[in-house]
Amino acid sequence: MANITIDGKQITVKDGSLIIEAIDQLNGDLPRYCYHPGLSIAGNCRICQVEVEKMPRTVIACNTTVTEGMVIHTKSGKATDSQKYALEFLLANHPLDCPVCDQAGECKLQDYYMEYGAYDPKFNENKVKKSKKAFSIGPTINLDQERCILCSRCVRFTDEVTKTHEFGMFNRGDHTAVDVYTELNNKYSGNVADICPVGALTDKDFRFKMRVWYLGKQKSVCPGCSRGCNISIETEKSRPYHLKKERVMRLKPIENPEVNKWWMCDEGRYAYKSIDIGRIEKVQARAAGRLEETTWENALVAAGKIVGEAAAQPSRWAFVTSSQYTNEELFLQKKFVKDVLRINRVAYSWSFDQGFEDNFLIRGDKNPNSAGAREIFGAGEDISQVVEAAKRGELDGLIVFGRDLSKYGADTLSVVRAKVKTILYSGVNVNATSNSADLVLPGASYAETDGTFTNFEGRVQRIRKALEPMADARATWKIVQDLAAGQGIIWKNKRAEDIFVSLAMESGAFKGMSYTALDPHGKIWSGPGAAQPAVAATAGAH
Amino acid sequence: MVNPTPNLEPVVSRYFNLPDAWKIETVLKLGAYETARKALAGKPEDVAKMVSDAGLRGCGGAGFPTAKKWSFLPKDTKKPIYLVINADEGEPGTCKDRYILERDPHSLIEGIIMSCYAIKSNKCYVYIRGEYVIPTQRFQAAVDEAYAKGFLGNNVFGTSNYRVDITVHRGAGAYICGEETALLNSLEGKRGLPRLKPPFPAIVGLFGCPTIINNVETIASVMHIGRMGAENFSKWGGGTLGPHLYSVSGHVAKPGVYELPMGITLREIIYTYGGGVRGGKKIKAVIPGGMSAKILRADEIDVKMDFDSLKAAGTMLGSSGVMVMDEDTCMVKALLYGCRFFAHESCGQCSPCREGTGWALKIIERIYRGEGKIEDLDTLLDVAGRMEGRTICVFAEAAAWPIQSYIAKFRAEFEDYIKSGKSAGKETAVHAAH
Ligand SMILES: Cc1cc2nc3c(=O)[nH]c(=O)nc-3n(C[C@H](O)[C@H](O)[C@H](O)COP(=O)(O)O)c2cc1C
Ligand code: SF4
Ligand code: SF4
Repeated sequence: MANITIDGKQITVKDGSLIIEAIDQLNGDLPRYCYHPGLSIAGNCRICQVEVEKMPRTVIACNTTVTEGMVIHTKSGKATDSQKYALEFLLANHPLDCPVCDQAGECKLQDYYMEYGAYDPKFNENKVKKSKKAFSIGPTINLDQERCILCSRCVRFTDEVTKTHEFGMFNRGDHTAVDVYTELNNKYSGNVADICPVGALTDKDFRFKMRVWYLGKQKSVCPGCSRGCNISIETEKSRPYHLKKERVMRLKPIENPEVNKWWMCDEGRYAYKSIDIGRIEKVQARAAGRLEETTWENALVAAGKIVGEAAAQPSRWAFVTSSQYTNEELFLQKKFVKDVLRINRVAYSWSFDQGFEDNFLIRGDKNPNSAGAREIFGAGEDISQVVEAAKRGELDGLIVFGRDLSKYGADTLSVVRAKVKTILYSGVNVNATSNSADLVLPGASYAETDGTFTNFEGRVQRIRKALEPMADARATWKIVQDLAAGQGIIWKNKRAEDIFVSLAMESGAFKGMSYTALDPHGKIWSGPGAAQPAVAATAGAH
Repeated sequence: MVNPTPNLEPVVSRYFNLPDAWKIETVLKLGAYETARKALAGKPEDVAKMVSDAGLRGCGGAGFPTAKKWSFLPKDTKKPIYLVINADEGEPGTCKDRYILERDPHSLIEGIIMSCYAIKSNKCYVYIRGEYVIPTQRFQAAVDEAYAKGFLGNNVFGTSNYRVDITVHRGAGAYICGEETALLNSLEGKRGLPRLKPPFPAIVGLFGCPTIINNVETIASVMHIGRMGAENFSKWGGGTLGPHLYSVSGHVAKPGVYELPMGITLREIIYTYGGGVRGGKKIKAVIPGGMSAKILRADEIDVKMDFDSLKAAGTMLGSSGVMVMDEDTCMVKALLYGCRFFAHESCGQCSPCREGTGWALKIIERIYRGEGKIEDLDTLLDVAGRMEGRTICVFAEAAAWPIQSYIAKFRAEFEDYIKSGKSAGKETAVHAAH
């Protein structure tokens, strides 16, 4: 450990730390463009200069290692002078097209000019023109070469992180421009818009949708696969008439050193549309062969009858759910199945969620909570076994949460319906199963509820409500609680957290956990039975 | 033209005017490769000691003591050690290495064999300026001849049990690839961008391995030190610093490469050897060490042309490219040429250098067009001052120094030009040697 002083404050840092790492440990108050903790050191932007006592010149904090007793000034005349001038150089040929630039509000040129620059500009010459403006470099990203400050983060990202090498620097001197050798079309392309500190690389999906200062932000976890990348769900809540009432504007990765570092994949990033589009908005019940809108009150009465029938004939009913649900929801479902329905046929896994996998972030298992489901329900049956049983006429009814049985073929539901008298469906989005159910209870999406997911290595992480449930939708744990109440069994959970408390008391691997202990990076479960991750590194199909 | 020194046996330049000295048969008769053969029969440390005793300093620009540089190599590394010869010779006003490659390649190869032996390297890359077509052909042919004779490759000279391989690599025309770490990137097939230091190449160099980069003249000198002995080398010509190649260009009567004792005065180089100023005119200014060196006024040419004396005089020996400007030279135009060069050659990584060189060029172009303002001079100095010492490599300094020194030493001329919108004199400027 080394004891150093930064702007008069004493701090102890690891030996071999860079000055910028020490500053980030203290308060992060130092401008930087090319430095990114997830990339190699480039040292080209020259804005992170600090004064170090006994050194003749200012040094860049991103390539200077601390030594015992080092005294660093980030705000001295020499330091701020160097920072200011780096900024003036960077802005010399910048087009200053801020009013039409979509980066406004999260542009580090704007921010640092206000914070560290505020100089009187001396540049009085014609600016260098570059050819590519609002230029598509791939399915997800647009490039503006004039706005680029040549920090090389994008180049380093595709060289070092994805190793796909699309970006390069072309030309020399003040004609240097960033460009791509081949189309930017890799599975992590969206990250370059996040790390580009200026408006040079913008995300086509988000461009001009809205000004970022109107965005609401909530920390959550991506439900796209069993990695569980930490995300920020960014929403527009103030203008419900805007963009066909879409509320989620984008997802961004949030740094979690244990899970996703600074990144997320494109598939997860752009999968948010289903939160606003294709939703089951209304409670519906089948009347005279057709699904009709109804109220929660009436629907729960109808549900009470269905659940009562099931509980009376448990051997002729099956319960199907999904590892897309939170631990809390699955835990209540399990109690519902065990204590209310007393059904034995329970299935949550199937083969359809197995997909592309790499050795970076993307996991083959496309469910965010397979480990949690397995811990709570045990292995269970495969959904295909339930479907086969239904086809053979062994079942009178199905209670289905979130799984669309038509995955087994377009005619599956008609065959099943011919044999099964009743289907109760609850889920987030419309599908063939919801369309052929007798009762449809709209559930809240992951963005509309609190809870936890357990990722492939047994890390339990919180998701948080970013939005109110759409239309009539209700949090699934509430729906399950309502169904139990219909049978006279009252659970008094007011929040998802209350359920987690029970879970942590009753369920082995979750023992001893609490929401507060999960922040900020989640926690690997360690209760009895959690000696190994519930799902091995190469996750199985669920 | 090569102009050997009267009354002195030339050293590094001794074969420059000898016909066919680039062919191995010519020089073998004169004892070529005997020095290396002897060195390889001795200990590697002896070569390094001899170089140290001779006080040899790098001829690439920085004048770093060669033996000291070699001593920075890690002592027991498991990685291969590389020797890289910097033959990029891009500094405007400099053309000495070209003569060695083209007219006496075997002395360089001999120096390489000895230097590799001294630093425990078995592999040398020679990075030659892309425009040097004939020098590359000659040098490659010489390497092939040396292989054919068994002077390179496995078991050099058949007796040494020591391997030395040479690979010749051509640059592609970027000045910045003469900067040693940009050169390494270029050799690795990457964009020629200088690397952040630390780490230094002696620790992490070519392909991540310990690497020594030396200039052509430096390594050729290693052979001559071996041939003559350290003492004779350093005392050559009555001095203490050994012989040195000066490229003399500009408004002199006899431009060319001169081998002279290091420490000779600039005045002697120009008047005694360079034939004085063309047309009998007066000197206005002299750049002593390549375009990157700060300029000197006519009244400063009694300075001694060695690393320390020029440093004390506020400039540098650099690549020893002496560029003479006569009384009719327009300093605005001269600076314009300098700024144009640096703006064109900045690798573009560091914001101060990338933007500063271009910015300075635009200002000086505007002044040259007659649209200058007096405040522009301060802006120029400001831009130059802020580039200096704030970048990855010293190119930014090299770009800043002409601006600072031309304006400091000829401010009145710049102001007159700005006020009148044109040059007072005949408006000529020195075109660099290439
Ligand atoms: C911009 C720049 C260009 C350079 N160009 C050359 C060159 O063309 N030839 C050369 O020998 N050294 C050049 N150098 C110096 C090298 O970086 C390095 O110091 C030198 O090759 C070391 O050799 P020496 O120790 O034998 O002098 C250049 C340096 C800079 C900063
Ligand atoms: S496009 Fe953005 S990330 Fe890439 S070099 Fe330019 S400013 Fe940096
Ligand atoms: S100082 Fe100039 S030439 Fe050197 S690395 Fe920086 S931008 Fe490139």
